[in-house]
Amino acid sequence: MTRRVGTRPALAWLLVGAIPVLFLGVFFAYPVVSILGRGISDGSVLEVIRRRSTGRLLWFTVWQAVASTVLTLLAGLPAAWVVARVQVPGRRFLRALLIVPFVLPTLVVGAALQATFERFGLDDPDGGLRLQGTVWAILLAHVVFNVAVVVRIVGGYWALLDPRVEEAARVLGANRWRVAWEVLIPRLAPALWSAAGIVFLFCFTSFGVILTVGGPTHPTVETEIWRYATQRTDFTTAAALAILQLLTVVALLVMINRLERRTASGAVARRPVPARAVRSVRQALGVAAALLPALVLVVVPLGVLVERSLAVGGGHGFGNYRGLGTSGANGLFVSPLAAVRNSLAYAAVATALAVLVGGLASVVVVHAGRRSGRGLHLALMIPLGTSAVTLGFGMLIALDSPPLDLRTSRIIVPIAQALVGIPFVVRSLVPSLRAVDPRQREAAAVLGASPTRARREVDLPIAARSLLVGAAFSFAISLGEFGATSFLTRPDAPTVPVAMFRLLGQPGAVLRGQAMALGTLLAGLTAVSVLVIERLRPKDALGW
Amino acid sequence: MVTARVYGPGLVAERLTVRFGTTVAVDDVSLSVGPGEIVALVGPSGCGKSTLLRVLAGLEIADAGRVAWDGADLTRRAVHERSFGLMFQDHALFPHRCVGDNVGFGVRMQGADRAGRERRVAEVLELVGLGGFEARTVETLSGGEAQRVALARSLAPAPRLLLLDEPLGSLDRTLRDRLARDLRAVLTGLGLAAIHVTHDQEEAYAVADRLVVMRSGRIVRDGPAAQVWADPQTEFTAAFLGHENVLGPAVAAALGIGDGTHSVVVREAAISLEASPGPGAPGVAGRRAVVTAVQFRGATSQITLGVAVVGAPDVLLRVHVGSPPAVGNRLWVRLDPKHVVALRPDLPAVPG
Repeated sequence: MTRRVGTRPALAWLLVGAIPVLFLGVFFAYPVVSILGRGISDGSVLEVIRRRSTGRLLWFTVWQAVASTVLTLLAGLPAAWVVARVQVPGRRFLRALLIVPFVLPTLVVGAALQATFERFGLDDPDGGLRLQGTVWAILLAHVVFNVAVVVRIVGGYWALLDPRVEEAARVLGANRWRVAWEVLIPRLAPALWSAAGIVFLFCFTSFGVILTVGGPTHPTVETEIWRYATQRTDFTTAAALAILQLLTVVALLVMINRLERRTASGAVARRPVPARAVRSVRQALGVAAALLPALVLVVVPLGVLVERSLAVGGGHGFGNYRGLGTSGANGLFVSPLAAVRNSLAYAAVATALAVLVGGLASVVVVHAGRRSGRGLHLALMIPLGTSAVTLGFGMLIALDSPPLDLRTSRIIVPIAQALVGIPFVVRSLVPSLRAVDPRQREAAAVLGASPTRARREVDLPIAARSLLVGAAFSFAISLGEFGATSFLTRPDAPTVPVAMFRLLGQPGAVLRGQAMALGTLLAGLTAVSVLVIERLRPKDALGW
Repeated sequence: MVTARVYGPGLVAERLTVRFGTTVAVDDVSLSVGPGEIVALVGPSGCGKSTLLRVLAGLEIADAGRVAWDGADLTRRAVHERSFGLMFQDHALFPHRCVGDNVGFGVRMQGADRAGRERRVAEVLELVGLGGFEARTVETLSGGEAQRVALARSLAPAPRLLLLDEPLGSLDRTLRDRLARDLRAVLTGLGLAAIHVTHDQEEAYAVADRLVVMRSGRIVRDGPAAQVWADPQTEFTAAFLGHENVLGPAVAAALGIGDGTHSVVVREAAISLEASPGPGAPGVAGRRAVVTAVQFRGATSQITLGVAVVGAPDVLLRVHVGSPPAVGNRLWVRLDPKHVVALRPDLPAVPG
């Protein structure tokens, strides 16, 4: 058989692949399997699953996630169209702005919405319009949180579709709605499924949002795992619920992956089709109307968050921010500012880990080719779909004996955060590595570059920016990670989200103001990393 | 093979075979290219010419056969150690590098210092008529400019053989004609040996001295371009090279040309048109013909003639003339047997 020149011996690839496999095996699979084992060994899983309350819990978790997903798609699709097809000034800024809530800690988004309800009088407990503590608040928060997923994934894919296909349908006599229904939606289907799958996962395992805006009357599987594990110390029930959740997530990932592939036609451009300029007032109004839902949902809560952080007594000032430096009676053992320092340090280490492990994993995925690559790719997405609470809980109970007694070590926090960041590195790196034209490598080889040199000269420059994008993403995600971190941080070294949660749990307007100030700081930090992402991101990048 | 063979100067490829699964892309092909020789490798798409080129470059490993340069065996030599240049279809320029870095890539791989690199880049860019383009990004180049940059990039490391894989394929006719001429000028100016793959016979004539025709993985004709044109030897080659008047054995015999067992190609030079049956050249009788179609082609027009034959339908011949007669006009056609060549039905040519 003829083979292409420049393939590397299998042994080298095994070594490259060993690092991600080991990392994920020890820090992800082992803890998760430990939970599975714990639940299965005493036979209580079935007992817990058979409980009526479990059924109700699962039902509520599923339907709120489905409803949230549908609403998010509705809010995000018009904005995705603008991002994909229209030349609006500040397109990059727009993309950056919309993604801020997504990389913000769910707690900050929750707190921002809570503050928004208060601000507009939607938290009235007796009569009137009340949102705080209702299902509607949860759905709304999920839309705010996830709208960027739709805009990015669907918008990015949309930009690759040749608009002439729709024009052809118009010329053949189809009206706008028919074109949308019969031509556009089927072509967008793979991206729609992909986005819907991710949004559903986040809503299904949502934690911070449910805790803050949903209140105690709306438990989901995720919050119950947390409650059983930490407050009632009923590890068996927590483990059983975690198994239930994991099974649902894996089943869903496999299903979405199939739908994505079945609907994929493959007829997409390699590079985005150039966007078109706005040519009339009518078009401009259309664009504005398309952007409005997503923009309002994102801008208003963030604005209120900033405003609340500046509210001191009756007026406005920087009092809350000055208070961050002191470690007084705030329920923390340190000053809130120390939490900022902790967060930055943890996130930096987590990012380095995620880039190393995710980078190597991406190279292996791309090299492995279509079939086995797909399986690997899917496996790498599982940490994204696994609830952070399960992960944190699993690490806590599994990594407690030598040689891996990490429970009291500080490194366990960035390791957990890196697990959440790795899928983002892989997601941004794999498409750009796949897009490298193999003839470029051949051209380099003919011009005298050895196989290793050709990879360094051709793949690395193209992938470098995507790697930085993945790094920035995983940094932002690590900064805001709450579910796993809340299990693993030591009380004297809280991260910002953990500190916020504690501050919000204390009575008193001062601490509340400080929480808002911390949230604003965190929002600022993540916004900066997001802007870095948008600056670095190549104009025609695929993926995130 | 244990016996040490002495190969001639330049490229010698011997009995190369490449299989993809069950299909044989290159089937026992031998080819040599002398120093400074420019060879056009032509054939319809899918005939294996690009695969052959990739084997010569070292990008594809042959299942059998060897490749040598100046007597040294290169069959197992890696791509980057062959010092052959390759110009890709659609160029495969590095999109993330500017023109100067694209062109200087090969020189950098040779370990040249910055100053040497810049000098060489400026030199080859000047050679292809793009002096001063160093800082341009690849995206801003037009089709013709990108083609020139790709040429400059493959020339910069001073390869000993240049392989060109349909480098003009994506360009429009006029640009293609101009660049083909320029390409030939550059290659002959440098005295560089080259193999130019194309499916366009006119491009092949414009660039090369020698024509190698491939069909279904085999070489069916190999020789100086003018000779291959004048004597295509097989029906396939005659049709592929654009001969309009290929006649079957029976038809040719009815016209009094050919021996009745071979097809013939009637070169245009064989056809003369007269207003009367007149004496004309000795021994060749004029035949009655009618103009059945006229197609305007710019400087000339192609007319189709129905030539009367006893006991059979009219034979159609096509010929180009400056001022065409009207459809329906009657003429006399005289065929000069000197310019009628017998063909064999698809006989693979003996190489060399």
